[in-house]
Amino acid sequence: MFVIWLLVISRTEMDKPETTLDTQMLEVNIGPQHPSTHGVFRMNVTLDGETVVRLKPAMGYLHRNHEKIAEGASYLASMPFTDRLDYICSMTNNLAYAIAVEKLAGIEVPERAQYIRVIMAELTRLVNHTLLVGFLLNDLGAFFTPTLYAFREREKILDLFEATSGARMMCNYMRFGGVKADLHPGFMEKLKEIVENYPRFLDEFEKLLTENEILMSRCQHVGILPKHLAVDASATGPLLRASGVDYDIRKVDGYSIYPRFKFRVPLGSVGDVYDRYYVRILEMRESIKILEQAMKEIPPGEFISKQGATGAKSPRTFRPPKGDAYGRIESPKGELGFYLVSDGTPNPYRYHVRPPSFINLTILEDMCLGCKVADAIIILGSVDIVLGEVDR
Amino acid sequence: MESTEQIQKDLEQKIPAVKLQLERDAFLVDRKDLIAVARFLKENESYKMDYVSCVTGVDYKEYLECVYHLYSMEKKHGPIVLKVRATKEDAKIPSLTPTYRGAEYQEREAYDMIGIIFEGHPDLRRILMWDGFAHYPLRKDYVPEDQDILDK
Amino acid sequence: MSYGLGILKGMSVTLKQFVESYTKKGSIVTVQYPEERREDVERFRNFPILVYDEKPEAPRCVACDICAKECPPKCITIVRDRDEQGRGLQKPKVFDIDLSVCMSCGICEEVCPFDAIFMDHQFELSAYDRMESLNYHQEKLLKPNSYLHQIRPTDATQIDAKLKAKEEAKKKTQPGTTA
Repeated sequence: MFVIWLLVISRTEMDKPETTLDTQMLEVNIGPQHPSTHGVFRMNVTLDGETVVRLKPAMGYLHRNHEKIAEGASYLASMPFTDRLDYICSMTNNLAYAIAVEKLAGIEVPERAQYIRVIMAELTRLVNHTLLVGFLLNDLGAFFTPTLYAFREREKILDLFEATSGARMMCNYMRFGGVKADLHPGFMEKLKEIVENYPRFLDEFEKLLTENEILMSRCQHVGILPKHLAVDASATGPLLRASGVDYDIRKVDGYSIYPRFKFRVPLGSVGDVYDRYYVRILEMRESIKILEQAMKEIPPGEFISKQGATGAKSPRTFRPPKGDAYGRIESPKGELGFYLVSDGTPNPYRYHVRPPSFINLTILEDMCLGCKVADAIIILGSVDIVLGEVDR
Repeated sequence: MESTEQIQKDLEQKIPAVKLQLERDAFLVDRKDLIAVARFLKENESYKMDYVSCVTGVDYKEYLECVYHLYSMEKKHGPIVLKVRATKEDAKIPSLTPTYRGAEYQEREAYDMIGIIFEGHPDLRRILMWDGFAHYPLRKDYVPEDQDILDK
Repeated sequence: MSYGLGILKGMSVTLKQFVESYTKKGSIVTVQYPEERREDVERFRNFPILVYDEKPEAPRCVACDICAKECPPKCITIVRDRDEQGRGLQKPKVFDIDLSVCMSCGICEEVCPFDAIFMDHQFELSAYDRMESLNYHQEKLLKPNSYLHQIRPTDATQIDAKLKAKEEAKKKTQPGTTA
């Protein structure tokens, strides 16, 4: 409302009956309490009329120094805190942290646990992308109908998470060398139901949105991110792939057991908001393919490594050898990495998170320059940030 | 990707007057050579390290260390890890932001949390803490103001 | 060309949803809490409880302080009980959990070597003041083993069997007690 009011003011300034238009730059703070910023995030915008000429993001409102807390806690005790980084995809956060610690301590993960991890990670990708598309439409002004359709489908997956891990959003499910508990009985049937119904939901969702002329004219050729800039500014995830760069860590690093699955990496061509929307839809379809394959192949066996000190039951005796490790995965938002330094004690010496949504904000200004205020809002929406992760 | 020893030999041959020290899988670079090494890695055809993934600082009590993880999006290989050290009294490291845009916010964060001053950074301000904050919270000698909360 | 066709197509989806909400069973997904409730799942976790076997004066907890040390937000306070001579007893004198700090992660349950602390299913824990009634003391936390059987039958049965086996192994190593 405040923005609109300011815009009205600036407009009336301009409408003064003078021969030459004497306009001046207007500085507007969008946020921190603004519904379009997805949390407490502020954009310092300088406007020329309605056009953005300068944009500086300001963050830190949710800062809680996650990294310092982790230095004072055992390796296991940081696991529930990673849930709260990107609170929409807690499973992938857990996975990234577990992979980093496993790299540091050299823990093998049993076959079944790998499959469970992949299933959970791909379900999380479905949750995140569905929700993001819903919220992107909210930013566009399609108020809550698409979001609620997205919520309805997301609930079904969250029910699965709850039945397996005990919580809907703060799952705290992965452990070093496996997962916390085996899949609950009846999981496979429910998963099958979701995998079968999801394409139908996506078809319906696409029918609602993809060819919608309003969506197209609002999103196409808005906030274009050229290829070279995306690479240079370390953009990752769907934001990067919408610009046409083929870089998916699931393919490049082949962590966990991803090389076993057949899936494609969808790429955009223009790099605008519409491409980012559509890449996400296509990625969901690929995730469903991975889920189908994983469902068929999942073997019986151990769900957590019995290798000894994995930190799952006795965190104080879990002391990774001295050294450092950087573990990274393709989280739904981009590359999520954990850099850990161990000094041989039960607590990490240094614990650093490489949050995708924080680093993807680097090029927010470049994408928004020359756009209108309303465009800046949807460009921010299409970057897909979660403030818990940006501020840590 | 070759082994780290080969890369080390290759780099020392091709960039004049650069000495690299091998530390596990990482290269310890002298801070005056950092920009030259990074630029070479980015532009050389056989490396093409065009993507800086993770930039962070570590406080090792005697010195501060800045760690860069470089990958290549074009050739899809990596990482090459560069480590740069500086003393606490003279915590200045040349900034890689002019070479890699992606380092911009990460270097600001390292400055904010560890107190490494990146020379040549276009906009080195605090990013997560507020502007008037006087300390660097991730240094090991930082004393939290409200001790009761952590020591409960 | 045919501008507006995409919008009409999209509208047909919303219209279909609207009609289906009256005709198709199961298309309304909202649960009318508190009149209706969702199905309880066994692994659901929220705020911990302490379990006792026979009487609340002798809980399973031995005040070893492991959960308090491992608790990520440090919301557990334990003080060991002492007898008249000042020797430590194998039970807690004070066992407080601060509900306003607890984040229901379940680490305490996982690290407990004596299977004494468990996550509850109760989630309606509102209170009228912020300090005292949100700090749960031992009396409020203690629940009988039968309660655990009621909320988590599979886990409780497994744990009972495990504890029994432990007891028997103990008896075997101390033959003096059986004689």
